[in-house]
Amino acid sequence: MTPMSDNLLKDPSEAVATDALLNISGLQGWYGESHVLHNINLTVKKGELVTLLGRNGAGKTTTLKAIMGLLKARSGSIKFGDAELINKPAREIARLGIGYVPDSRGIFGSLSVMENLLLPPKIADGGFELSAIYELFPNLKERLDSYGNKLSGGEQQMLSIARILRTGARFILLDEPTEGLAPVIIQQIGHTVRRLKAAGYTILMVEQNFHFARKLADRHYIVQEGQVVDEFHNNEIEANLEKIQGYLGI
Amino acid sequence: MFELLGIPPQALFGQVLLGLINGSFYAVLSLGLAVIFGLLNIINFAHGALYMMGAFVSWILLKFLGVPFWFALALSPLIVGACGVLIERTMLRPLHELDHLYSLLLTFGLTLVITGVFQYSYGVSGKPYPIPDILSGGVNLGFMYLPKYRAFIIVMSMLICFSTWFLIEKTRLGAYLRAATENPEMVSAFGINVPILVTLTYGFGVALAAFAGVLAAPIYSVNPVMGNDLIIVVFAVIVIGGMGSILGAIISGFSLGLVEGLTKVFYPEASTTIIFIIMALVLLFKPSGIFGREA
Repeated sequence: MTPMSDNLLKDPSEAVATDALLNISGLQGWYGESHVLHNINLTVKKGELVTLLGRNGAGKTTTLKAIMGLLKARSGSIKFGDAELINKPAREIARLGIGYVPDSRGIFGSLSVMENLLLPPKIADGGFELSAIYELFPNLKERLDSYGNKLSGGEQQMLSIARILRTGARFILLDEPTEGLAPVIIQQIGHTVRRLKAAGYTILMVEQNFHFARKLADRHYIVQEGQVVDEFHNNEIEANLEKIQGYLGI
Repeated sequence: MFELLGIPPQALFGQVLLGLINGSFYAVLSLGLAVIFGLLNIINFAHGALYMMGAFVSWILLKFLGVPFWFALALSPLIVGACGVLIERTMLRPLHELDHLYSLLLTFGLTLVITGVFQYSYGVSGKPYPIPDILSGGVNLGFMYLPKYRAFIIVMSMLICFSTWFLIEKTRLGAYLRAATENPEMVSAFGINVPILVTLTYGFGVALAAFAGVLAAPIYSVNPVMGNDLIIVVFAVIVIGGMGSILGAIISGFSLGLVEGLTKVFYPEASTTIIFIIMALVLLFKPSGIFGREA
């Protein structure tokens, strides 16, 4: 068992803040027989950008899958607004206004870019219009007739984000948006994420790239062996740099 | 009158027409199988029995309720399709997580049960189903005599194949279907009800089989085993076209019917085996089928 940091417990009232949009407590999760999430506790407030940091295999992606309902063997509590998600199937969770951008990007290779873009149904008003999406991702507009499997990694990532923006979901689970991408593309993704935050989107992001994460996020949770072990506000990063680097092994 | 390689044109065109009619049934049936295999990953062995049910239901509708052909053409696929929905919900769904082999065995068993029930109830002799008045008779095209109903079969099946292709390749619903074929988990994460999509797809594939059955009723004898021989050929057709390929099922359905017809003219001895010979060749040189994607 990894010891809990004092940082997590110093202000318990904050953890159950009434303005929390997402409130996860005591989340456990399993892949078949193997127990992968042991005790995930975290909150995300409306309009916040929160990251999950941690080494490979710590349970970050699994946490996002558990929220989305794609990890079915899970227990504990995941409150989104007033709704309890722990027993809901993925399709109902999506309808509550949660958009999922998986680390695999989830682009359908046998569908054109346009079809991929239009695939997720609108679930609420206030999503991006196609013209706004083309303005945000000019490359996609050039490739509307291409098939998904012909896109570069960066284009797939942009398409994966773009199609969620159309739906009107205001809470986005963003899994490793920079993984395997060239620096210039990472910059573009960073720019996009910043714009979404400015537009009032709430984002829970998993990221291996700590330098990318610290430029964008409000808060960071450290995940280790299926537990949230520490938490830092972005302005505490500098003071705790060594500790964080220890957690992440960098 | 001209002759081609010593074959009189009447015989040649007659066989071409017959080949196209057989091809029409191959195409509609293998299309249904391809739709089902694409999304459910199930080899629907019961397809021949459901085709037979389609023919029988239209015969029952006519004989006992006086429902004419034109209504049966819509009603029978709906009724049999509803049976398909029931089969998927109650029997196939629990096998979803298991190996293909289980659903293959289940649908094979269903074939025996359905065939048995109809044999027990109606005997093995063929039931007559009249050609609707407006389509009886034919027209003389000069080089051949074209029975109206047979032309109707070819036109209807081409229409249904094109509509299905359009629905799957060009519409939003079809995009859901293709996306769910590729990655059902991701589709459900967009808020789409994939289990219902699966059930309706199976029902639709089954309805296609029943539709072929209604078309067949006036020209083949309606009997409980009418699907048995046909389904074997249809399986060969989808292996040749490529499992799960919509376009492959349609094109290879029509063209193999045609090849079969032509073989009857030029080398009748091989007419019943030609499709299987082609299947063996395709499996040797392109195991995923002519239109199939490489695994």
